[in-house]
Amino acid sequence: MKKDQLIMGMETSCDETAVAIIKNGREIVANVVASQIESHKRFGGVVPEIASRHHVEQITIVLEEAMNQAGIQMTDLDAIAVTEGPGLVGALLIGVNAAKALAFANNLPLVPVHHIAGHIYANRLVTEMMFPLLSLVVSGGHTELVYMKEHGHFEVIGETRDDAAGEAYDKVARTLNMPYPGGPHIDRMAHEGSPTIDLPRAWLEEGSYDFSFSGLKSAVINTVHNAEQRGEIIEPKDLAASFQESVIDVLVTKTLRAAKEYKVHQVLLAGGVAANKGLRAALEKSFSELSDIELVIPPLALCTDNAAMIGAAGSILFEKGKRADLALNANPGLDIDIYN
Amino acid sequence: MKILAIDTSNYALGVALADNDKILGEYITYSKKNHSIRIMPAIQTLMKDCDWKPADIEKIVVAKGPGSYTGVRIGVTIAKTMAWSLNVPLSGVSSLEVLASGAARYFDGLVAPLFDARRGQVYTALFKGEEGELKQIEKDQLAMMAEFAESLKNRKEQILFIGTDIHIHQQLIEEVLGDRALFAEMTEHNPRPSELALLGRNRPSEDIHSFVPNYIRLAEAEANWLEKNRKTKQG
Ligand SMILES: [Zn+2]
Repeated sequence: MKKDQLIMGMETSCDETAVAIIKNGREIVANVVASQIESHKRFGGVVPEIASRHHVEQITIVLEEAMNQAGIQMTDLDAIAVTEGPGLVGALLIGVNAAKALAFANNLPLVPVHHIAGHIYANRLVTEMMFPLLSLVVSGGHTELVYMKEHGHFEVIGETRDDAAGEAYDKVARTLNMPYPGGPHIDRMAHEGSPTIDLPRAWLEEGSYDFSFSGLKSAVINTVHNAEQRGEIIEPKDLAASFQESVIDVLVTKTLRAAKEYKVHQVLLAGGVAANKGLRAALEKSFSELSDIELVIPPLALCTDNAAMIGAAGSILFEKGKRADLALNANPGLDIDIYN
Repeated sequence: MKILAIDTSNYALGVALADNDKILGEYITYSKKNHSIRIMPAIQTLMKDCDWKPADIEKIVVAKGPGSYTGVRIGVTIAKTMAWSLNVPLSGVSSLEVLASGAARYFDGLVAPLFDARRGQVYTALFKGEEGELKQIEKDQLAMMAEFAESLKNRKEQILFIGTDIHIHQQLIEEVLGDRALFAEMTEHNPRPSELALLGRNRPSEDIHSFVPNYIRLAEAEANWLEKNRKTKQG
């Protein structure tokens, strides 16, 4: 009988210090996340130097908790998988160096993982992947459509040319005087309002799967500004609903079109914005009519940054022979197609 | 006791292996780049050359700053993680003390190690050698070089300044302290990881989980935030 594969995942690319243990690429044995969001709230966003400091404070605590949860020894592990990039360089460095120290101290293989590959593989903790598939990745730093013909192969067929969707949410939230992080507030307000304000949708050139949200963001800011100058009152809920509808309309339409064109079997939602209820509902509605494409949406805790997803991606990359040596560095601008 | 000493806090990237009263090996470079890429391979190479396996390590000593925030975090993260994983004690030593110790031990005056901290500032401290031991006279601090030099004016002893950044401040120091200021030879300007191992050998163990670098300074955003809150509280 084949022995179970146990991979430790480590993730410190932004403001969560996370360690997880994943069995056979699909089963969560331990999953610990120490979030710093309370610390960064007062600054209205993540401060890189402060994020790095918190990671150093948390790293061994989170490691120990994960090992205790799993009830295993380091010698039971097959490999250490760690987020190599993209992300904040100072934050990534803590995870990368801790992972290298662990790999060296315990003579374990080291597997570098792309953060977005991690987000996509969060889905494999929910259900087995069926190829070819398409993943819509939406987070504070990313808006991408990634096509996968097989495990470990990532082809970006569309990406944002300016702001990420999550970034646009945060900026619009700031315009509406909502506290950081703004996304959940906009999502909530959108459900209370109605999309009565006409806002643009950036479809870009015919056939493109790219995105652009800076025009929409500016349109929202201008709408608020012009109303103020005319002494009119705009209902923030309606503005939130209109903004959200515009974002979701573009995301869902392009995802649907790509899913059909690439004849995929599955569409996977990934990234922190996947927590958005409006987006989930709109995707579910659109894909319910397509019986030959399965839509997978992971639970909220697996959408935001975590290490279980890094362990899940690391499991496949480990099997494919992907390794790093002890000279592995943080790579804040890493491209996802390095694996192809 | 087999000690692994790690310093990535400033220009020097240093690793030393010490066993009781012997220094078995040192790996040192003095270029402030790619500490993150080079430190683990350096540890691996030196340990291989000295025939040590990770399980042989009985204690880890790390330079805990002050220094480059990123640099010192790399060393501290590796030291913490390895100490936790190998279940061995961890000690932290001031990066300034490591820099001062070699020269201070046999110098009959005061020793001021320093790292430049930009805009006229330095990370510095003051040490005195006493019977081969190092005594700290002034704590690790971030100071304006001009003010620190002024504060040394009333001391009677000669003061030896050490550090690769000395040339940035040498003229100012000479103007304030005249010929009571001495400047180390270029071979003394770099901290040695073997000194780190020696200094940390008998230091008490840190709590591994709560051990963090000595940054001296708050993060800029944090300092600004505190300042703003102080002002609003005062009305
Ligand atoms: Zn993420």
